[in-house]
Amino acid sequence: MPGAFEGETVTRRRFMNIGGQAAGGIAAASFLLPALGFAIGPIFKEAPHTWETVGPIGDFPDNNYIPTVITITPGVGEAGKTTVYVRKRNPAIDTDRADRDAAFIAISTRCAHLGCPVRWVGAAERFICPCHGGVYDLLGRRVGGPPVRPLDRFYTRVREGYVQIGPRYSVNSELERFSPRDPGEPIDGLGQYAYPSRPSARKL
Amino acid sequence: MPKLPAPPVPAPLKAPPARPGEGNGKVAPVDHGRNAGVAVVDWVDERTSLSGGARWLMFRKVPKGTNWFYTLGSATMFAFLSQAVTGVFLAMYYRPDPSGGAYESIRHVTNEVFLGQFVRGMHKWGSSVMVILVFLHMGRTFFFGAYKYPRELNWVIGVVLLILTMLMSFTGYLLPFDQRAYWATIVGTNINGTGPLLGPYLSDFLRAGPEFGATTLSRFYAIHMLLVPGAIAALIGAHLYLVTKLGTTAPPWLKAEKDPELRKAEA
Repeated sequence: MPGAFEGETVTRRRFMNIGGQAAGGIAAASFLLPALGFAIGPIFKEAPHTWETVGPIGDFPDNNYIPTVITITPGVGEAGKTTVYVRKRNPAIDTDRADRDAAFIAISTRCAHLGCPVRWVGAAERFICPCHGGVYDLLGRRVGGPPVRPLDRFYTRVREGYVQIGPRYSVNSELERFSPRDPGEPIDGLGQYAYPSRPSARKL
Repeated sequence: MPKLPAPPVPAPLKAPPARPGEGNGKVAPVDHGRNAGVAVVDWVDERTSLSGGARWLMFRKVPKGTNWFYTLGSATMFAFLSQAVTGVFLAMYYRPDPSGGAYESIRHVTNEVFLGQFVRGMHKWGSSVMVILVFLHMGRTFFFGAYKYPRELNWVIGVVLLILTMLMSFTGYLLPFDQRAYWATIVGTNINGTGPLLGPYLSDFLRAGPEFGATTLSRFYAIHMLLVPGAIAALIGAHLYLVTKLGTTAPPWLKAEKDPELRKAEA
């Protein structure tokens, strides 16, 4: 090694240089990495599943939706609540899979376009979004406007004569169940491959 | 110690030299007082050499044809300074509490604090002014060709500043926490989420989870008042350094003046 002392494989200047850089790098990483992990940690956190009672089974007819309010995010007051339209399953119109999770139909008001709150307009038998004009039919399937898939639904179950609303799931245009997706993410066609499943909203 | 070159002060403002025979070498107390400011500046300058930098920054040559369009950059910077100052004072009253405290603190500022409505109004309307000025400044740079060699890097820094300004607008919009703020942010984060592949992770990062949650508001607040303003201030510094270093461009309608010798040779 030219410039190094006898028996040494690196010059002392170079050794000090590398050592100083490494010490600085370690010192910076020791606060940058935890801070970064702290900031992006929520991406990898799985949301807990909860069930919330919305009313006795007699409250919900099978030909019209009843608006109920559930808490999606606890601890933030009104900002954590959302409206869910609930009705009893009607074999004459409901074509999706009939199992114990779907004795009641619970439709999310979160528009599948960009997440504005849709409302049920009984006279038109349509869900209508106020923001960008998304329109859905009685089953939550898109019939107009920009949404890319039907309205999301929630699992339902009956406990001691009361209807409970559970985790959210998304449906494709055939009303087949999929893991919950964010608004704007299609489930049909090529678009479904553009949005990977992510830890905060994993498959149920 | 070498004497610093005298600043280019207009002749009428210069102190006349002492007449011969006056003063007798004695310095009256009033002269001490008169020189106090100069003495302080000299004391600092002797230890920092700041005056060279200040002169480099302020007394520089500008091309012929420089006009009012060249003030748009400074105007943008003053809009930012106004946002920074009003924002600091609004932060003294603001509570990023999503269960009612945020809305209540904004209501308190607007309705009850002395000059609160005025300062909040400056911040609110000033944000739009800043975005408009950024775009006008960008248009001036584009149409005058001022982004060309050697100023490409300054254009890139300016684009980053534009994006950061947009990020300020986006995160600031949530803070009043009324219906408009809430739903605009829902829609905004979901628009971010529609980016392919990385979009869902980005919207999860912004919301701190899959839904609008307990820490979304404080997250937006921290980004709005700590992260982005620091980055903007630092990049404005770099932007100004490059402007001073490279100088400004002449407007495109001015033709370069030929050297008279060269013109004679061509004729």
